[in-house]
Amino acid sequence: MPAEQSVKIAVRGLTKVFGDSSDEALALLRQGASKQQILDKTGQAVGVADANFDVYEGEILVIMGLSGSGKSSLIRCLNRLNEPTSGEILIDGEDIVGLGHRDLLRLRRQKFGMVFQHFALFPHRSIRDNVEYGLEIQGIAAEERAERATIALKQVGLEGWEDAMPGQLSGGMQQRVGLARALAVDPDVLLMDEAFSALDPLIRRDMQQELVALQSRMRKTIVFITHDLDEALFLGNRIILMKDARIEQVGTAEEILSAPATPYVERFVAEVDKSKVLTASSVMRRPRSVAFVSDGPRTVLRKMEDEDLNLLCVVEPDFRLRGVIRDEVALAAAQRGDKSIKDIIEPGVTPVSPETPVRDLFAPLSQTSLPAPVVDASGILKGIVIRASLLQGLAEQTIVSDEIQEEAA
Amino acid sequence: MIEIPPIPLAEWIDDGLDVLTDHFADATKVVSDVMESGIEGTVDGLMWLPPWVTIIALGLLAWRLAGVRTAVFAVLGFALLWNLGLWEPTLQTLVLVLMATLIAVAIGTPLGVAAALSSTAYRVIFPVLDFMQTMPAFVYLIPAIPFFGLGPVAAVFSTVIFAMPPAIRLTTLGIRQVPADLVEAADAFGSTKWQKLTKVQLPLAVPTIMAGINQTIMLALSMVVIAAMIGAQGLGGEVWRAIQRNEAGMGFEAGIAVVILAMVLDRITQGVTRRNQPGSTA
Repeated sequence: MPAEQSVKIAVRGLTKVFGDSSDEALALLRQGASKQQILDKTGQAVGVADANFDVYEGEILVIMGLSGSGKSSLIRCLNRLNEPTSGEILIDGEDIVGLGHRDLLRLRRQKFGMVFQHFALFPHRSIRDNVEYGLEIQGIAAEERAERATIALKQVGLEGWEDAMPGQLSGGMQQRVGLARALAVDPDVLLMDEAFSALDPLIRRDMQQELVALQSRMRKTIVFITHDLDEALFLGNRIILMKDARIEQVGTAEEILSAPATPYVERFVAEVDKSKVLTASSVMRRPRSVAFVSDGPRTVLRKMEDEDLNLLCVVEPDFRLRGVIRDEVALAAAQRGDKSIKDIIEPGVTPVSPETPVRDLFAPLSQTSLPAPVVDASGILKGIVIRASLLQGLAEQTIVSDEIQEEAA
Repeated sequence: MIEIPPIPLAEWIDDGLDVLTDHFADATKVVSDVMESGIEGTVDGLMWLPPWVTIIALGLLAWRLAGVRTAVFAVLGFALLWNLGLWEPTLQTLVLVLMATLIAVAIGTPLGVAAALSSTAYRVIFPVLDFMQTMPAFVYLIPAIPFFGLGPVAAVFSTVIFAMPPAIRLTTLGIRQVPADLVEAADAFGSTKWQKLTKVQLPLAVPTIMAGINQTIMLALSMVVIAAMIGAQGLGGEVWRAIQRNEAGMGFEAGIAVVILAMVLDRITQGVTRRNQPGSTA
């Protein structure tokens, strides 16, 4: 997938040192000194050390790490809320590190929308005026502002709240306003800094799902920061894992889970990863419809049409799994006038047992868009696992355990 | 024993003031004349109206800005002062206070903004404020006379110097208190410094700035009374006359008038502050 996508942001050798004399710290960094060593020796705090990565057009790139790992410093370098100490940031091929004041303002106005952890809504402005802020400072006329603000608020499901003040809204609604404010300027890139971390677990999950739904329509380039592995797995097309100002690994969710690049990533994944105890049975879905071996091609086609599927599992009358049937094959058989589907059943993805750990499902499912059937010891179909339900299952599991912890606390 | 001669600090200050007076007194005298006729014209204008009209107008203003209780208090209080024959000095004091406050805020707010946004400005302005606030108020009266002559303008001048520091300090405080993430959000959307100041920082600093203006008014009121010594009229003049004639009763009457005026002004500015609180639906 990455190979065919164009690069929106390219970060090369990006380093951020907080302090007034960064030269010494930079020299030490080049010698491979750690963040802590440099702090002890020079009193300079290294925020980001030699970061190299690309952000592809239209993807959600999640930057993940514990607090103090440098993820917030890194995202703030992208729109230069933090002035990079050295390195290059190319946005659409333009190095933004050397931009003068006016060009920097233009960059921030046109390319970026930002969403903040604690919402950062302006308490003295109404919801509409908050959403219009980015347009207002660009000098856009009042009617166009109002129109675009209305559209943005509608996108996040807050139409009708235009005249409320931020203080009157719940946390989840406030962050919708924060998202609408960023969307209203129609930016190329959305920067989301721990955008859902301050929300309670159920709201957080709703917002994650809505962001995914919005993204499927908008196709923005999103850089999303979180300290929560499950959020990263659910949202991220790719994930960057940071530790002590350095990037530990860049990869897809599957790559991070199945092939950790460093011992730190492995421990990070192991500590937070619920997928080891999670099994296929907890993330599988009941198949909405199945084909029986005795069905004809036309029956199968109608079942597919009813459920808007392009594939059905084929079972014996006692629900023992026989294989799968695809729509184009069924269509061809129907046109030939075949009376039975017996000859066109394909094997499909190798079935898994309900006890299979979820993390063993990532590898097979990342290769295919087909569902993996789940069968019990006697071969009876119990459910199917698709890639989306796999990740969603992970996210839900976390939310449930978060709630239990909160109740216990 | 080596005898250290006294440093002629007083002479130096006198010399410095003399130089300033020589060069600027003509200009300041012109300013003084214009302002004095302005002040007197305003007082005369208010005196031309029947007192009950002014009292009702002030009551309505208090009602709009601070609510019914303040309005009732203002009407009863001013009616009492009218009854005591203190109507004209009360108006004189009110006009002096409002004029001094207006000037102090007009100069102080920009200085406070500068001190909030630039650490250099902060380092210059704040020590001067400490000096201004700790210097005994009477001292300002002396140099005011050569520049503006005896009378209300010299009083306004020394009052402005005495009453301005809170307007500056609380403006600076108010702007520095704006949460960092709101300033960051303003930056992230590409605001210019001016847009950030006028659309985010100043509006959010308004309650704190209003608290500063409230303090400035209270200080101005106390200074205007003291300034009676250099010919400011008004309630301070009444107190001053009572001291000279040793008439305690008359002194207290004028003193109570100052208290009533102070309470009304305080409640009204506090009311304005509350209305500007962010998150209030007003």
